[in-house]
Amino acid sequence: MLTFIVRRTLWTVVVMFVITVLVFFIFFKTPGVDPARAIAGRSPTPQVLAEVRAQLGLNRPLWIQYGLMMKRIFITRNLVSYSDQGQLVVPEIFAAAPATLSLVFGAAVIWIVMAIVMGVAAARLRGKIYDPILMVLALIGISAPVFWLGQVINLITQGSLHNSVFSWVPPLGYTPFSTSPLQWFEGLIFPWITLSILYIGFYARVLRANLLEIQSEDYVRTARAKGLSEGRVLVRHTLRTSMITFVSLFGLDFGALVGGGAILTEVVFGIHGVGFLTYEALQNLDLPTIMAVVIYGAFFIVLANALVDIAYAWLDPRVRPT
Amino acid sequence: MAAVAEQAKATELRPAVAGRNPWALAWRRLRSNRIALAALGLFVLILGLSLAAPLYAHDVANVSNPFNPNLNGTTVVHGKIVPIMEQGGGLLKLGEAPIGPTWDLHHYFLGADGIGRDVAVLLLYGGRSSLQIGIVSTVICCVIATLVALVAGFFGGLTDTILSRIMDVIWAFPVYLLAISLATELLTHSNGLRIGPLDIQAASLWVPTLIIAFIYIPYVYRPIRGQVLSVVNKEFVEAAIAQGASNIRLIFSEILPNVVSTVIVLLPLMIATNILTESALSFLSIGVQPPNVSWGTIISDGQDLLYTRPWVSIAPGIMIVLTVLSLNVLGDGVRDALDPRAKLRVG
Repeated sequence: MLTFIVRRTLWTVVVMFVITVLVFFIFFKTPGVDPARAIAGRSPTPQVLAEVRAQLGLNRPLWIQYGLMMKRIFITRNLVSYSDQGQLVVPEIFAAAPATLSLVFGAAVIWIVMAIVMGVAAARLRGKIYDPILMVLALIGISAPVFWLGQVINLITQGSLHNSVFSWVPPLGYTPFSTSPLQWFEGLIFPWITLSILYIGFYARVLRANLLEIQSEDYVRTARAKGLSEGRVLVRHTLRTSMITFVSLFGLDFGALVGGGAILTEVVFGIHGVGFLTYEALQNLDLPTIMAVVIYGAFFIVLANALVDIAYAWLDPRVRPT
Repeated sequence: MAAVAEQAKATELRPAVAGRNPWALAWRRLRSNRIALAALGLFVLILGLSLAAPLYAHDVANVSNPFNPNLNGTTVVHGKIVPIMEQGGGLLKLGEAPIGPTWDLHHYFLGADGIGRDVAVLLLYGGRSSLQIGIVSTVICCVIATLVALVAGFFGGLTDTILSRIMDVIWAFPVYLLAISLATELLTHSNGLRIGPLDIQAASLWVPTLIIAFIYIPYVYRPIRGQVLSVVNKEFVEAAIAQGASNIRLIFSEILPNVVSTVIVLLPLMIATNILTESALSFLSIGVQPPNVSWGTIISDGQDLLYTRPWVSIAPGIMIVLTVLSLNVLGDGVRDALDPRAKLRVG
């Protein structure tokens, strides 16, 4: 087990390194693009352009340019965003992280609970009318684009019904927990619901499929032969095994969301998290910010991948490679 | 003697039981799945309506070019001539709002968008772009992923390790972030991309198509490679090797036909995923670029008009939901038809 962990961690470091190299190449070496001009923002003055060229070291060998950029991002953390009046990029990302974390954690809680309830219910009620209904709901959940869903929900809560049923919903935006817990909650409840609908649909289907597959295993047959009720068999025996797949998929999706994958939800609800930062950077074609956010996001995903692999190997000994 | 002869004749006249190949069986299973067929019908309907848009858009819109802004134009509503951009309300009559849905098939059925274009027509042309990008990117993605998976699975060893590691690295890149990086890079350079003989304009639909195709290659690669690995060790492959078959023949005549069903199952699901990805990228303004429209760009345009003219945003979303839903149901049906005992039941 230990060798597995060590090897997995080493591989994570390698992948992170390769990703930073890839990002560097995409942003600096795309054929036909002048990186200095691209980084210096929309209408750079000649002084700014010269300054950027000097900082990037465009005359020096490729690997020195790469080293300089990585140093600015990780060590000195003084990567500057020219499109945003010289705002320091890395501290900005860290300042935006709590909003994203609040959004993702809340949504994750909702989707785990609802997906388990729906998946178990659908498996249990198989053959009756509720199973297809639940699965159709799940299908609609995964078919709706999340940003559109958010807009529809906004339309309902902020639009015509804002004065009557939904008067308690604050205007779009994020309130930090320390400022006002109640408003933090009220402002996040609908983004949570929007974000989780997609994942509830997906996970409910996966869980139901897993549960049904396991139903035909021998140990389930033994449990039934022992006289256990169907519900107990479902929850105590089959659910545990399905949890393995569930947990590994969850780890990957959670990592992706924390790393800025919630960009669509954040944009639609005006939550100034990492995703929103990415969106603004996209609108302004602000390359330093985009680059930093991409590396930040990739880091979280790679980390989540590694943790999920290790957790999976720990939970299911059959999977461990020699 | 006569009785034996008669019996022999009767046996000859009775036809032998016709064997059915697995494809015919699968097709029969699919045909009996009415829900999947309905989904297929819906998808084909949407596809047909959108692709044929240029043919009849003129009937719907009565404008020569549906992409032109039409801020000063007028249209006919219930017999009255009405300007497309209405005066704002309130005491000072400030601002302008585009006309809302008229529910009149020839005049701004769903209303106008922020610059006076007919939303219903945009929906059709947007469908063309979205569906084109979704389908073409899926085909490219699946073809490349299958080829790579065949090579990796067949040759095994170092080739397999290297190719799989490359795929892992590409997949480790957050899907959206990779799409964002590539799209941004290609957009900051307005002269398009030149790779050897290929010259792709920055605003062409090929940019989002290729980006989306590229980022999902690892996702399709993994199950196909698994299938290749399970086929490669079978006896009939060994028999073909013993007969002296060349590598090319082995790959394309022995292994590929047994892997194709996995690919076919993935096709509708990947088209659905790609349509959703394209709409997300277009919503973020890094997918389809003006003057082209796609469902995602219409939703993005409608964001400013959300509380006054909600239909601009709602209509394309409904189209996306219907298309993706029908593809998902069709995908489930195809998977049930091709392999009723499928282990790969991941939603």
